[in-house]
Amino acid sequence: MSVNPFETVQETVDLSPEVADEVKNTTCYMCACRCGIRVHLKDGKVRYIEGNPDHPVNGGVLCGKGSAGIMQQYSPAKLKKPLLRVGERGEGKFKEIEWDEALELATEWLGEVRKRDPGKLAFFTGRDQSQSFTGWWATQYGAHNFAAHGGFCSVNMAAGGLYTLGGAFWEFGEPDWDLTKYFMMFGVAEDHDSNPIKIGLGKLKTREDAKFVAVNPSRNGYNAIADEWVGIRPGTDGLFIFSLIHELLRAEKIDFASLARYSNAPWLVIDEPGAPDHGLFLRDAKGNPLVYDLVKKKAVNAMAAEITPAFAGARKVKKRNVVPSFQHLAKRYLSDEFSPDAVAETTGVPAKDIRRIAAEIAHVAFEEEIVIEQSWTDAWGRKHDQMIGRPVSFHAMRGISAHSNGFHTCRALHILQALLGSVDVPGGWRYKAPFPKPIPPGVRPAGPTKPGLPLAGPPLGFIAGPDDLLVDAKGEPQRIDKAYSWEHPLSLHGMMHMVLHNAANADPYSVDVLFMYMANMAWNSSMNVAGTLNYFTAKNEDGTYKIPKIIYSDAFWSETVPYCDLILPDTTFMERWDCISMLDRPISSAHGAGDSIRQPILKPEGDVRPFQDVLLDLGVRMGLPGMTKQNGEAQYPGGYVDYMANHERGSGSGIGPLAGWRGKDGDQHGRGEPNPNQIEKYIENGCFWTQSLSDEQLYFKPVNRSYLDFATEQGWIGHADPIIFQLYNEDLQKFRLAAMGHGDRQPPKRNRERIKTYFDPLPIWYMPFEEAEIDREQYPLHALSQRPMHMYHSWGSQNAWLRQITSANKLHIHTDTAGELGIADEDWVWIESRHGRVKGQVKLITGVNPQTVWTWNAIGKRKGSWGLDKNAPESNQGFLLNHIISEVLAPNKSGDTFSNSDPVTGQAAWFDLRVRLQKCAPEEFGFTEPMFEAFEHIPAADTQVLRYGAELKGEPSGEGVAERTWIGNRHENAANIKGVKDGKGNRIKGRKS
Amino acid sequence: MTSLPKNPSGKKLGLVIDLDICVGCHACAVNCKEWNTSGKMAPLTDLEPYGAKPDGVWFNRIHTFEAISDAGISRTVHFPKSCLHCDDAPCVTVCPTGASYKREEDGIVLVNTDICIGCKLCSWACPYGAREYDEDEGVMKKCTLCVDKIYNENLPEESRVPACVSTCPTGARSFGDLGDPNSEVSKLVAAREGYALMPEQGTRPVNRYLPPRPKQVGGGEASAPRMLAHQDDSDDGAGLLASWVDKVLSR
Repeated sequence: MSVNPFETVQETVDLSPEVADEVKNTTCYMCACRCGIRVHLKDGKVRYIEGNPDHPVNGGVLCGKGSAGIMQQYSPAKLKKPLLRVGERGEGKFKEIEWDEALELATEWLGEVRKRDPGKLAFFTGRDQSQSFTGWWATQYGAHNFAAHGGFCSVNMAAGGLYTLGGAFWEFGEPDWDLTKYFMMFGVAEDHDSNPIKIGLGKLKTREDAKFVAVNPSRNGYNAIADEWVGIRPGTDGLFIFSLIHELLRAEKIDFASLARYSNAPWLVIDEPGAPDHGLFLRDAKGNPLVYDLVKKKAVNAMAAEITPAFAGARKVKKRNVVPSFQHLAKRYLSDEFSPDAVAETTGVPAKDIRRIAAEIAHVAFEEEIVIEQSWTDAWGRKHDQMIGRPVSFHAMRGISAHSNGFHTCRALHILQALLGSVDVPGGWRYKAPFPKPIPPGVRPAGPTKPGLPLAGPPLGFIAGPDDLLVDAKGEPQRIDKAYSWEHPLSLHGMMHMVLHNAANADPYSVDVLFMYMANMAWNSSMNVAGTLNYFTAKNEDGTYKIPKIIYSDAFWSETVPYCDLILPDTTFMERWDCISMLDRPISSAHGAGDSIRQPILKPEGDVRPFQDVLLDLGVRMGLPGMTKQNGEAQYPGGYVDYMANHERGSGSGIGPLAGWRGKDGDQHGRGEPNPNQIEKYIENGCFWTQSLSDEQLYFKPVNRSYLDFATEQGWIGHADPIIFQLYNEDLQKFRLAAMGHGDRQPPKRNRERIKTYFDPLPIWYMPFEEAEIDREQYPLHALSQRPMHMYHSWGSQNAWLRQITSANKLHIHTDTAGELGIADEDWVWIESRHGRVKGQVKLITGVNPQTVWTWNAIGKRKGSWGLDKNAPESNQGFLLNHIISEVLAPNKSGDTFSNSDPVTGQAAWFDLRVRLQKCAPEEFGFTEPMFEAFEHIPAADTQVLRYGAELKGEPSGEGVAERTWIGNRHENAANIKGVKDGKGNRIKGRKS
Repeated sequence: MTSLPKNPSGKKLGLVIDLDICVGCHACAVNCKEWNTSGKMAPLTDLEPYGAKPDGVWFNRIHTFEAISDAGISRTVHFPKSCLHCDDAPCVTVCPTGASYKREEDGIVLVNTDICIGCKLCSWACPYGAREYDEDEGVMKKCTLCVDKIYNENLPEESRVPACVSTCPTGARSFGDLGDPNSEVSKLVAAREGYALMPEQGTRPVNRYLPPRPKQVGGGEASAPRMLAHQDDSDDGAGLLASWVDKVLSR
């Protein structure tokens, strides 16, 4: 336009441009949080993504990852076509092939193995959100070597909770955000429940009547806004928790009444060392556990309604010496070894702080109880007029679980929650449907099957004793990852992190086909990256690969793609159907059940197919049961969405992948025959379904008659018996007894000491394995990695927008520690472990435990991957700690080597790492090492200037309307500030929105 | 140079940011970018998006740093920063072409990119560093307070607020008329003692920051016992265990 310099130019601002041709709802997949999103589409492209205000997970908010979904969709790193390797593994030389050829080849490889020995397939699905489907596929194939990524994520938390409370912190439960008054968060910088935690913390802090305590070696993430930060030394949380328990016991600040009703604290334990049932519960003829009734003066059925159980005291019952399990618990934690003074030095938490925190917890739990005038009936049929809560709640995640002592630490925290009487009570920690489950849940893992046959049950499950282990006659592992063996008996999520190591070393055996989905095993998802790459490429003397065939499906050119043989390109999340199922990890809250779907809102950009559709297609080609009709035709010709609506788990059960709008007319929920219009109903409702519990079902779920009956009817639990907290876990003792030589299933010699030591029925603390093995003076520091909030659990670090926020990670060191070592801010250092060394740049801070250094994980990328330029900071300055973490421990005295994992669950012990720092020579500054050879054959983006959205600017349309006021945490602010109306955001209560 | 509005309406739309609960997640920054890259000043150009020095236009950026109080207490601060829509906006008065201006009707500071000559005087004048130069287009860009969103009749009511506000997961951001002392945002600012950033610069910013609340001490400082009274001080707690042998508690 021409401008007259003597005239003021008035701009006419277009206040009301057209935004979108269409707005579609779906579910975000930028991480594992599963928020509802509204995607505004214009000219077939994504104009804007916002949170769906009606969605139960995020209520309209959306994090940085979700908002960057646009750049994920248009990432230049997307795979576009099926690929067949033509060069050597690792070179990245492929030829593009058609889907028909790709599927025929996969069918040939997989089909041949199935006919010969289905155990020679290892099928591991990484960060899969369709595990109830992929697990079912594995069952039909007969692949007992199946798991997703839980083994290297947080199985300690899941197992710790499920084997104690029948539910766990993490995704299976949540704090009562609206009512809790004392909230402690352990080992969380960011978490799967990303937006719900942020929403909850925002509300809790705005209420101004609750305290938030963060326990974490680093003050990043959520820890920054805590009222109190406890900068604990890594791997010592268990001691800290024991010490809190010690203080509470000493002061009798324990909810005995709750323990009498809801826990096995008074159950009688046989106390006859050497006996084959020593440490097990004494039971009656029907198998009921017993308690000693102080009024009746005799042992009675622990499951009976009217009991007055003893909590301590050695007695003789049925000629057996017994004590209540609480006596074991109390005796252990009352011991002076767990007094605040005794643990202060090891944990790095001053004794006075431990005492004060215990006092604060006790005060809130017992002096500030919450009473809700709501009647409910317990499992024994007795009516209670009120719901009384002790408003202390905990949340914990990887920081405490990713240690080799993590299982016991996680269990200890769940026990502390129960000792306070704050499990599923107002203001406490609450279960999300379908939890609580029986302890442990009833599903057992299925072992190997015969050629051509499906498994007898699902490949993953829960084990309740040595009889459930998947071991052969000699007690050796039957699974390739050694899960459910004597090495790691409770490895509920498998051990994906050991698959490549084990397969390449034929330990316990070799596999013929490795089939993986969505897991970056050649880079940031493996310990010992260099070693792992060797496992991918290791060859036999005849020149063939030790892992003969590798099939991989992902949407992007990750570091793993070049190491695989056949690449099945997946779609992005906006190009596919998905279901977030009650059979897997649903979107339920403490208020009720919920599940959701993804719908394809964009056409796939390349010649790519959703992995779930591909699996069904392969299933039909192989004639797998459940996927194929008798005449050989597809059971679900419409693909995954057809399966979502029409599959039933067990013929005629009425239970399917989606719980909403079931039955022919869509008027049934939970159970009901398939509904031909079910998917439409989900779409109409914003792609999710929720079902609220009634007011009387909201709390005390493990023993709430109405809830238990409802949960049984919905198929969440098999029977409506009360779920009693297992503080003392008898199942663990069964393993220990076997290791002591009892029973007909005993561990091989090399496992005996481990089982004896680590299968204590009450939580123990021991020094993490790596720390115990090494010379601690040589390696004086702990090293951790955490993911930044804008990249947590995402594949987003190559995302054009997110990488502008973080494109290289630094090593954060306490200023004092650095001072002692002569290290200055922005220096480069060698980070040296017993396994190797990696180089990174330093950032000095004070918000970190002085004996700990930490960095952001998975920022570092290998040169030439992810469509990034070879000079990208991700590859040149960004680094991974993975390079210096070994996947195995040093051989023990007998020469046996074990995985660098928790001995109970097999959880990868990422955070056990110990290091020393060595300042680099000046000529070593500026670039990371080790520097792996650049990939030369992966397409790199040539975009120099990205003007995304320029062409999507809408045309003017009208004058505009009045703006709205928005008050963050409106409801909570309204309570404290006169003149702020109640409601949410700009929705004022009472106003129609 | 360019004048500020001669007859301002008194309406001052702006943001209120609660530093007590900002966790530094960058949600506001990224949601802002995705709205505005097709908005009034589209695009929010990115240079070398997959290269060695990825760098783009962002209207909102989060700065994370440690602050040490006079008492020596260290704190990690997440500080989101965007244009503060100042009453005495130096970026406006310094503009040689009239491209940088403040709206009479609501106080939003905008850039008319059609007549911006990219001289960058405004970015030198802004003490907050809130201006974003688009190297590719050669013009200055900045936060529009989502002027094309807050009044947009094509959007449902709940979306008619700035992108950074409705997306904020912790509820740390509020939006409204800070020129009206009776507005809800003004009352929020008054109640929480919200402050203006660098008032000594004399720019009279409209946006307000809410300072961290006093730390909660748990259970009320006056009432909570700071120590639990032990019922038994023996090494092994044997006395307590003995007392529990006959403890009567019914289910």
